[in-house]
Amino acid sequence: MVRILGFLVGLGFVGVAAWSLLWGAIAYVSEPPQETVEHHFHKHARSDVNFTFDGPFGRYDRQQLQRGFQVYRDVCAACHSLRYVAFRNLHDLGYNEAEVRAIADQWQIQVPSVNPDTGEPATRKALPSDRFPLPYANDTAARAANNNALPPDLSLMVKARHGGAPYIYSLLTGYQDPPADLPAENRPGQGLHYNPYFANLNIAMPPPLAADGQVTYADGTPATRDQMARDVSAFLAWTAEPTLESQRQMGLVALIFLIIATVLGYLSYQNIWHGPSSRRVRETGVLDPENQAKAAEAKSDAGIAG
Amino acid sequence: MSFPWAEEYRPKHPFMRWMDDRLPLPRLVYNSVGGGYPVPRNLNAFWNFGVLAGLALVIQIVTGIVLAMHYEPSVNGAFASVEHIMRDVNQGWFLRYLHANGASFFFIVTYIHIFRGLYYGSYKAPREMVWMLGLVIFLLMMATAFMGYVLPWGQMSFWGAQVITGLFGAIPLVGEPIQTWLVGGFAPDQATLTRFFSLHYLLPFVIAGVVILHIWALHIPGSGNPTGVDVKTPQDTVPFHPFYTAKDGWFAGAALTLLALLVFFLPNYLGHADNYIEANPLSTPAHIVPEWYFWPFYAILRAFTVDFILPAKLWGVLAMFGSILLLFFLPWLDKSPVRSGSYRPTFRIFFYVLLVDIAILGFCGGMPAEEPWVMLSQVATIYYFAYFLIILPVLSMVERTLPLPNSISESVLHGEKAEAAPLGAQPAAAE
Repeated sequence: MVRILGFLVGLGFVGVAAWSLLWGAIAYVSEPPQETVEHHFHKHARSDVNFTFDGPFGRYDRQQLQRGFQVYRDVCAACHSLRYVAFRNLHDLGYNEAEVRAIADQWQIQVPSVNPDTGEPATRKALPSDRFPLPYANDTAARAANNNALPPDLSLMVKARHGGAPYIYSLLTGYQDPPADLPAENRPGQGLHYNPYFANLNIAMPPPLAADGQVTYADGTPATRDQMARDVSAFLAWTAEPTLESQRQMGLVALIFLIIATVLGYLSYQNIWHGPSSRRVRETGVLDPENQAKAAEAKSDAGIAG
Repeated sequence: MSFPWAEEYRPKHPFMRWMDDRLPLPRLVYNSVGGGYPVPRNLNAFWNFGVLAGLALVIQIVTGIVLAMHYEPSVNGAFASVEHIMRDVNQGWFLRYLHANGASFFFIVTYIHIFRGLYYGSYKAPREMVWMLGLVIFLLMMATAFMGYVLPWGQMSFWGAQVITGLFGAIPLVGEPIQTWLVGGFAPDQATLTRFFSLHYLLPFVIAGVVILHIWALHIPGSGNPTGVDVKTPQDTVPFHPFYTAKDGWFAGAALTLLALLVFFLPNYLGHADNYIEANPLSTPAHIVPEWYFWPFYAILRAFTVDFILPAKLWGVLAMFGSILLLFFLPWLDKSPVRSGSYRPTFRIFFYVLLVDIAILGFCGGMPAEEPWVMLSQVATIYYFAYFLIILPVLSMVERTLPLPNSISESVLHGEKAEAAPLGAQPAAAE
């Protein structure tokens, strides 16, 4: 009874799926799917850009992170928040206590506060314990100041986009004139900029790194546009995964521990199953050569091919 | 419990004897996973995955309880509290990455465990209850994993919740009221997040309870084995401890090594970038995809694209739930008296095709709903249902199987002298 009902249910699902397949195939043949314009012109993040934290043992370059932080402070911070990162986290970049306090104290945006005398809203200077203050009071204010585009928070940007840090680098250096064969409806409109690395090709953000020397690096590195893009991409990789180095360090210890434990466990397993106190017992299974020989013999006896 | 030659628990220490007379808990453990449980001596590596699934459940519960101490189930605070865990909680990244990848680990070992059962006929008499309780665990796991994925309140969390709860909207007449009732509103919001958090905390303990039933039901007939031949004599078995505790032990170490590679070096490899964007009900992601372990079922859901008496969406929902529910009837669909696929040459071919088929479904489920992936998933869906509901029942009536070995020890010893099988006859634990 179960099998008859099952057979009918099976025929139902198989039949309807086959019916869907038939119509899908007819549609596929009569109207082959067209490649979208976005798909045609979109470019994936450049693969030729390397960072010191690539690979399983890579580490952040502290100097590069500091330079990247400078780019964020002098260029990006005007519009983009970094809401999950605190000034105290900058210790990781190699800044000392006094430097972190000075960075917080001189930050261009103040932290919302309350006037202790009147209870009125007020602002105060940032402290190392504060997270980076938001450049706009709310999304509406951000849109109003940016031609109705919302500058996204950058804390997690490297993890929130396919391609990671190379994607940020590609986007920052990827602004260009639209290709001649780009259809009119895909050309950048008012306040938009063509960038093939951006998913829908036209991005509201104007080219942020417009000229060499836009930032004056504290360590004297020449601030070419390429260098700035590279450094700020590395910095945003750090803001997205600040614990990356301790993850890899702990991972190495964990792997060594687990491999030793596994080897010891394997040896004790061998000892229990095949050691001097228990006589040799071979395991069985389809892959055992003797079993295969037996199976082949049985098959030939039964007249089954293979 | 299961065989007359099972070693009896004989506590040596006076305290353990005192305890055994009053609360025989050590006896229960001894008879379940100790020297008192005789296990076929010929189990291969595929029999390790049940223990691994239990280990995964423990990892998930332990990490989850600590994560819940730092997590805030509110639409305004959930995403930020996850970042708080990642940045400010000591080793919080380890807890979160272990929990997120631990879910994948749980599903990988569970899928291997299920396919082991499908190949070796573990669902057949007398183990039907073991099989069905296992499927209950699987369904509870899927519900738990789905609700857990909603908790970080990222874009995929929100839109995944929207899509999956929307499936109930496909039910005729009562669908929309049911959907509204489940979600606690017209779209996922605070009420949804709070109830998902509550249930996500509850269900793992329900799973733990069903796991106990699963093991209880298993211990009545005892474990199956790769030959599918019943245990006949003491020579066929070895005591679970130390033989299989040792085997499970090193195997668990190897599996945890692979998990550690994922957790420490590729923690976001199985995740989706969009879930690092906070949920935004006004912005739909370009491609909404669930976690990888749901992809085969997601592909079945999307394979039904044409109305036929019922709306296409309802067909998809029925097929998706049906694809799992039909497994409950498997013991009565496959009537072949031979359990193990090793002795069913024709079955084996169809089974390997099924493995490839489910891999194709999984691949299509992760791709956008575009051609040719939809057509490919339709072909794979047809085979999936045909395999369980048409091919298996017919095959089990007409198939010519290979001769079975007379006993487990015969299959192990290949004609060596029977005395060379000392493990079960003289258990080392007897001492």
